[in-house]
Amino acid sequence: MATVRIPTPLRKYTQGQEEVSIAAGSVRALIDALESSHPGIRERICDDKGAVRRFVNIFVGDEDIRFLDGLDTPVKDADEVSIVPAIAGGVG
Amino acid sequence: MTIAARTSEPAPPPAVVSLHQQQALRRPARVGSIVELVGNTPLVRLGRIDRRTPGVEIWAKCEFANPGGSVKDRAAYRIIADALARGDLRPGIRLIDSTSGNTGIAYSMVGAALGIPITLVMPSNVSNPRKQVTAAFGTELRFSDPMEGSDGAIVEARAIVDADPRRWYYPNQYANDSNWRAHYDGTAREILAQTDGRITHFVTGIGTSGTIMGTSRRLHEHDPGIRCIGLQPDDAMHGLEGLKHIPSSLVPPIYDESVLDDTIWLPTDEGWDMSDRLASDEGLFVGHSSGANVAGALRVAKELHGRGESGLVVTVLCDRGDRYFAPLQWEKHYVW
Repeated sequence: MATVRIPTPLRKYTQGQEEVSIAAGSVRALIDALESSHPGIRERICDDKGAVRRFVNIFVGDEDIRFLDGLDTPVKDADEVSIVPAIAGGVG
Repeated sequence: MTIAARTSEPAPPPAVVSLHQQQALRRPARVGSIVELVGNTPLVRLGRIDRRTPGVEIWAKCEFANPGGSVKDRAAYRIIADALARGDLRPGIRLIDSTSGNTGIAYSMVGAALGIPITLVMPSNVSNPRKQVTAAFGTELRFSDPMEGSDGAIVEARAIVDADPRRWYYPNQYANDSNWRAHYDGTAREILAQTDGRITHFVTGIGTSGTIMGTSRRLHEHDPGIRCIGLQPDDAMHGLEGLKHIPSSLVPPIYDESVLDDTIWLPTDEGWDMSDRLASDEGLFVGHSSGANVAGALRVAKELHGRGESGLVVTVLCDRGDRYFAPLQWEKHYVW
C-alpha cells in the first residue's frame, strides 16, 4: 500500500486524516481509488478533462509527476505520494 | 494625473504621443530613505480589458511599484513605524512574523533600511527565490511544515514567541490594526484623488484582509454608495497565492465581513488566465492575485454593463509576475 499525504484543504474529504493508505499501480489508479473511498476529492485535484489541475502538484517520493510520466507515473507499495497545492497560500 | 473621458467606443490605443510630455511634467522622487517611497502608487487604466464594457472603466493600483515590489510594503512599513512609536520595537527585540512571501520581503526591506532585525516563519515549500530574496536583506528564516500551509506557519511563529516572549515583537499582521490603517490613510485616499472621486466600485482579494478593510472603510466614509467587494478563492484547495479562502481558514481578526457590500468567489483558473491576459493585452506582467483581482473587477464591470449602468471600478495589482517564476517551470527539484 502506498501512503498518500493529504494537504489541509483536502482533509475535509478524508475525515481529517493526514495520510491515507492506497493500493494502486499508477497515480491515475491511485486518484481513482482515492475518489471511491473519499468521494468529491478528485474534482479538487483534477479538472473536468481529468488532467491534474495547474495549481496542484503531485509527488511520488521527491519527484513531481510532471517530470515523470504524469498520471501514468507508476506507484509502488512502499511509495509516499504527496498532493501539495502549488502555493503556501493565505497571506496577502 | 488626468482621467480619460468616458466613451462608448472601444478603448483607443494608449496615447503614446503624450509620453514625453508626461515625463517632462512628472517630478522625480527624491527621498532620504527607501521607505519614503512606499505608497503613492500610480493608477492605470485597463483599456483593453474593459473595452467590451463601454461606459464602465476598470482602473488598477500599481502596487508592484512599491519599493519592495508589492502591496505589502504599505502594511509592513506602517506596522513597523507604529511599533517603533509605541516602543514595542526597541534595541534587543527582533520582529518575527509568519509569511509566505510578500509581507516577508516588505518587512525585510523596511527592517534593513531602518536597522531592525527580522525573523520570518514560512512553509518550507515556498519557492527558493522567495527564501533567497528575504535572506538577501539579512533576514533570519525558519520553516514550518509544507502540508500545513500558511496556518502552520502562524502556529509555528506563535510557538517560537511563546517560548521566549521577551525576545520578540510579534506584529501578527492578521490582527494588527496598523495593517488596515495603512490602506485607510494611503490606498483609499490615493484612489479618491486619482479618480477625482468618480470611483463607484472597489474590488480586491482577501489575504489578511488589510487592503479591503482599510480601503473600504474610507471609501464608505467618503460615499456610502461606493460598493466595496471582497474576493476569495472558490475553494479551500486553490492556486491563488496571497488569497485566503476564509471559510476553511483561520479568520483574520481584522476581517469584518460587515464592512463589505459583497463577496466574489473566484475559481483559480479564471485568475490565472487573467494574469496571462494582463501581460499580453495590457503589458502588465503581474502575479496571480492581481489576475484574480482584475478578473473580479471585470465580472463587476460586465454586470454593470449588462444592466446598462456606467461605473468606474478600481482594483489592485498586488505584485509582479516575475516573483512567481519558480518553482514549477524552472526547478525540477523542490527543496522541502
